[in-house]
Amino acid sequence: MATSRDDFVIAFRSAFLKKKDKQKFSLLTLLFLSIFVIVLSNYNFKIIKFIKIGINEVIYRASFLISSPENKIQNINSQIKDHIKIYDNYKNLESELEILKQKRLSNDFLKMENDKLRKLINESIKSEEILAKVLIDKESPFLKSIILNKGTKDKIKIGMAVVDKVYLVGKVIEVNYTNSRVLLLSDLNSKIPVILEPIGMQAIVSGTGEDNGKIQYTKEEYGNEIKTQKIIAYTSGLGGLFKPGLPVGKIFKSNINKINFFSDFRQLEYVKIISYSIEGNN
Amino acid sequence: MSSLNKDSFSNILYSYFPLGMLFLSVFNDFDFNYLKIEYFSFNFAHILIFFWTLKNPNHLGYISIFTAGIINDVIIGIPIGISSFCYLLICSVTAYIRNITLSPNFINDWLSFLFTILLINSIQVTILDLVFLIEINYLKYLINTGFTFLFYPIFFFIFNYINKKIIVRFND
Repeated sequence: MATSRDDFVIAFRSAFLKKKDKQKFSLLTLLFLSIFVIVLSNYNFKIIKFIKIGINEVIYRASFLISSPENKIQNINSQIKDHIKIYDNYKNLESELEILKQKRLSNDFLKMENDKLRKLINESIKSEEILAKVLIDKESPFLKSIILNKGTKDKIKIGMAVVDKVYLVGKVIEVNYTNSRVLLLSDLNSKIPVILEPIGMQAIVSGTGEDNGKIQYTKEEYGNEIKTQKIIAYTSGLGGLFKPGLPVGKIFKSNINKINFFSDFRQLEYVKIISYSIEGNN
Repeated sequence: MSSLNKDSFSNILYSYFPLGMLFLSVFNDFDFNYLKIEYFSFNFAHILIFFWTLKNPNHLGYISIFTAGIINDVIIGIPIGISSFCYLLICSVTAYIRNITLSPNFINDWLSFLFTILLINSIQVTILDLVFLIEINYLKYLINTGFTFLFYPIFFFIFNYINKKIIVRFND
């Protein structure tokens, strides 16, 4: 009994404390070092912040360079697929264009009316858009985020909304000097206040870790109020972070708790970072 | 002379293969996620670290593993140090197995691998969820662990073949 315990202790000591010929540090030292790093990364000291930013800058750039061949192959693959589907896409686009042309006329009228009404209450929304390139969009199964090539030097701040064309894709959660990280709407940790139209109900869109999100914190009569087949979720602007009216996704009557995002987060190449301010006398 | 140069070049290639693959995998987040198969993902870095630190630790240093962990954390976007800690725990288990094993056996290695990845994924989930309050999908972690376990034999045979080549070259 004592011998087997001795064997265990010897094996344990040998594994953790002894250095192999080519190892400069013992395992135990490095294990303690990594615990020390985890604890330090929890604190927001200025020096740690700068070191973190430095590490992020170097690693993001290196990852962008190293993964460029793989990205090229993926691009070629999607281009081939697009070419194969070109005729079907053309037919779909033609019919969609006709519908959009009709809708545009009524939209122009509504926009003018909205501007007039805002003038009446002496309020105006000013927004600025910054175009950014997606550096890294690794689809981690656990966390959904992307890295953009704009940072504090381009006046990017934490919390800014990020859109793909006009559709919301996420918000900035980490800013370095030349790049920033965006938490996508599909991430489990993403919670966005929205307004559901045409029923005009407030709700929260939460990520699920999948390609869609879920609708939470609605009123009890949410299910009964749905008369149309399709509901669109727009940012409500209630949190004060996002510009109101950014399209987020659509909800179908068949599954009222699931939201399908407008944007395909796997195909993001260029996005816009939006900052806005509401100006008025109130 | 040219064959000598060719040999020394391939020796370098073989010698740095585990290290190169480790850094490539963490920089590229190599897990076939882009295949877009629902729920499919596996952790290549875990397989690679487990195999090489168990079979031939001279070609994969602990410092490199620690650095690879830091890079992985930055790329994925989790607090720095967690992956390093997990990778080094794999090294601890393999170092222990190496010390207590007289005749290596594939099945034993495979089961030890399952125990190791279950342990480190549990630790990772615990740290992320309870310490850093980051919401994560437990099911995805479990599925990732399952696929990583299932993929081990495939990579075992590939790595074993390369390892034999390395041993032959460096023992000549």
